[in-house]
Amino acid sequence: MIRTPLRPLVRILQARAKGENPDGIERENLRLRNEALRDRARTRAQMRLLMLAAAFFAAFSLIGARMGTLAASVPVEPRGSVAGVDVRASRADILDRNGRLLATNMLTHALYAHPRDMVDPEGTATALAALFPEMNADDLLRRFTDGRSFLWLRRVLSPEQMQVVHDIGDPGLLFGPREMRLYPNGRLAAHVMGGAAFADESVRSAQVIGTAGIELAMDTRLRDPGQAGQPLNLTLDLTVQATLEEILGTGLTMMNAKGAAGILMDVRTGEIIAMASLPDFDPNDRPNPVLPKDAEPGDSPLFNRAVQGLYELGSTFKIFAAAQSMDLGLLTPDTLVDADAPMQWGKHKIKEFEGHNYGPRLSVSDVITKSSNVGTAHIALMIGGVRQQAFLRALGLMSPSPVELAEAPKVKPLVPARWPDIVTITVGYGHGMSSSPLNLAAAYATIANGGLKVTPTLLRDAARAPQDRVMGEAAADASVAMLRRVVTEGTASLGEVPGYLVAGKTGTADKPRRGGGYYDDKVINTFAAVFPADDPAFVLIVTLDEPVETTGPKPRRTAGWTAVPVAAEIIRRTAPLLGLRPQVEPLAPDAVTAVRQ
Amino acid sequence: MRPTLYIAAFLSVMALAFWAYRENYATQQALRDRAGLEQQIAALNEALAIQRAEWAYLNRPDRLRELVTLNFDRLGLLPLEPHQLGSAGEVAFPAAAVLDVTRPVDVIGAQDPQP
Repeated sequence: MIRTPLRPLVRILQARAKGENPDGIERENLRLRNEALRDRARTRAQMRLLMLAAAFFAAFSLIGARMGTLAASVPVEPRGSVAGVDVRASRADILDRNGRLLATNMLTHALYAHPRDMVDPEGTATALAALFPEMNADDLLRRFTDGRSFLWLRRVLSPEQMQVVHDIGDPGLLFGPREMRLYPNGRLAAHVMGGAAFADESVRSAQVIGTAGIELAMDTRLRDPGQAGQPLNLTLDLTVQATLEEILGTGLTMMNAKGAAGILMDVRTGEIIAMASLPDFDPNDRPNPVLPKDAEPGDSPLFNRAVQGLYELGSTFKIFAAAQSMDLGLLTPDTLVDADAPMQWGKHKIKEFEGHNYGPRLSVSDVITKSSNVGTAHIALMIGGVRQQAFLRALGLMSPSPVELAEAPKVKPLVPARWPDIVTITVGYGHGMSSSPLNLAAAYATIANGGLKVTPTLLRDAARAPQDRVMGEAAADASVAMLRRVVTEGTASLGEVPGYLVAGKTGTADKPRRGGGYYDDKVINTFAAVFPADDPAFVLIVTLDEPVETTGPKPRRTAGWTAVPVAAEIIRRTAPLLGLRPQVEPLAPDAVTAVRQ
Repeated sequence: MRPTLYIAAFLSVMALAFWAYRENYATQQALRDRAGLEQQIAALNEALAIQRAEWAYLNRPDRLRELVTLNFDRLGLLPLEPHQLGSAGEVAFPAAAVLDVTRPVDVIGAQDPQP
């Protein structure tokens, strides 16, 4: 820095020449210098203050922001990258529609042995055999002493058993943690749950995989670690399911049936509220029955009649012919059709139940009410085979049900390969083609939903596709009205439940023999009900296998005497649980109410 | 000037070293705390799952049904019936208060009976 001289010679000389005091110049320069120094010092101090303020501002805003984020964020469990938490609830829980538990996991232990570390193989073998009935002391001792270094002893131990094994105190006995699948409700909804088993067992953990039912169908979703904490919500209602199973079980006993199936479905969404098949099993201990060679598949308790059972569903199909004929504009409910029994078609003779003749002519509505085979045959012939097939296909009766069960996609309805007129006739009244009760439930729900296609589902939050229109609303409503007449004055008169306006159709089909032909005294009885008829909300299908009602002088095997009373009791008990109020017919006005009106 | 700078630098290095030392141990302690918390959370989760399962097991419908049957004389519970549902309009209004005329009081004079 070049310092400016306080007494510059030139100015001093000039001042002296003018006779001025040169000290004034020095003072002036000193003042200027001091001012410059002062200005520099002030700027510096200002800069320092500014920096200090900036530092304080940064520090305080950092603290403030941190406090803000801490206050605003939700406390979460730290994502564990630390080892040590190796066994976690890995398979998602299954809940019903109200959040009640249907399936969960429980931590247990598996027992294995390192025989080379064993101190006292003989004593250990004896103690284990005394503890577990399925173990044999000699067998164990042989396996402990044959030189192997590893041996599985038991898949699952209860805590008490584990303590007793601990007390044996042999260092060769070891425990491995296990996640066990638990169905706390036991047999409830057994066929929907299916079951689970261990796969890829190791000492530290074992993978649980689904073996049937929804556990297998949704296995990937349930095992997905990203969604392990989110339970899978089903559409089942635990209370309704328990009621359905209870009444179906009672009906099975009272009607001396071999098996039974029941499905309760929401008409608008296709959600299955309850689905049962009897006999059932305990999914906690899924049996592996060995059936005799000539047994039907339905004899196994694992068989889900509601989904896997392919039956000729009989007269329940008649409403499809009537609905289609009205939808096509061929007939109205009051049109008279030929119903003169018996009807000869080629070499086949179409007869009515017990050789009745409801003819010569019946209205379409009466054909359904009286369940006339001949009348339905004529309606089916008017529609023709091609249109009939297209309609049944649109209702989903010709393809496997798309429900989320592992068994469902494998069950393809049995449809005749060729479709001559005689097949058109027999399929019209539900013979010659087999489908499952679940197919039937979806088809009835479609009619009750005003003709919009209903797809059955078990998942509460499944993405619902927009519903396609299968038939016109007018024809669908007229069909439900016909079904209502079946209950009020037709074959299902025992199905009337006061207040719930039940509509439905009975179906009785002879069971096919294995070698061809039909049994005389073995039938499948089905009742397909829709309620309440004025604004359909639910569809109920009840199927009984080989029922016989024996309170009368001779055994009765028609659905009106077997499946219908069971279904009526199910509706009476479950409808209040589903939140449906009975529609009470208003009382006749008495002195007071007449005046008020 | 220069020695002050040296001393200040030395002191700041010492302070930073002390800070880093402390921070290191604080971090290790935080990691230990976290591991402990995680184990605690896992144990609590497991206990919660077991209790949920136990709750569901104890409330399974067939057990409740048996209990209701066993305690019928005390509870008298029956299945829900359609006629138990109703609307507010079906509830009767409370009866209007009726003047109590069971104990009449004489308001006109009566002659005392002769003793």
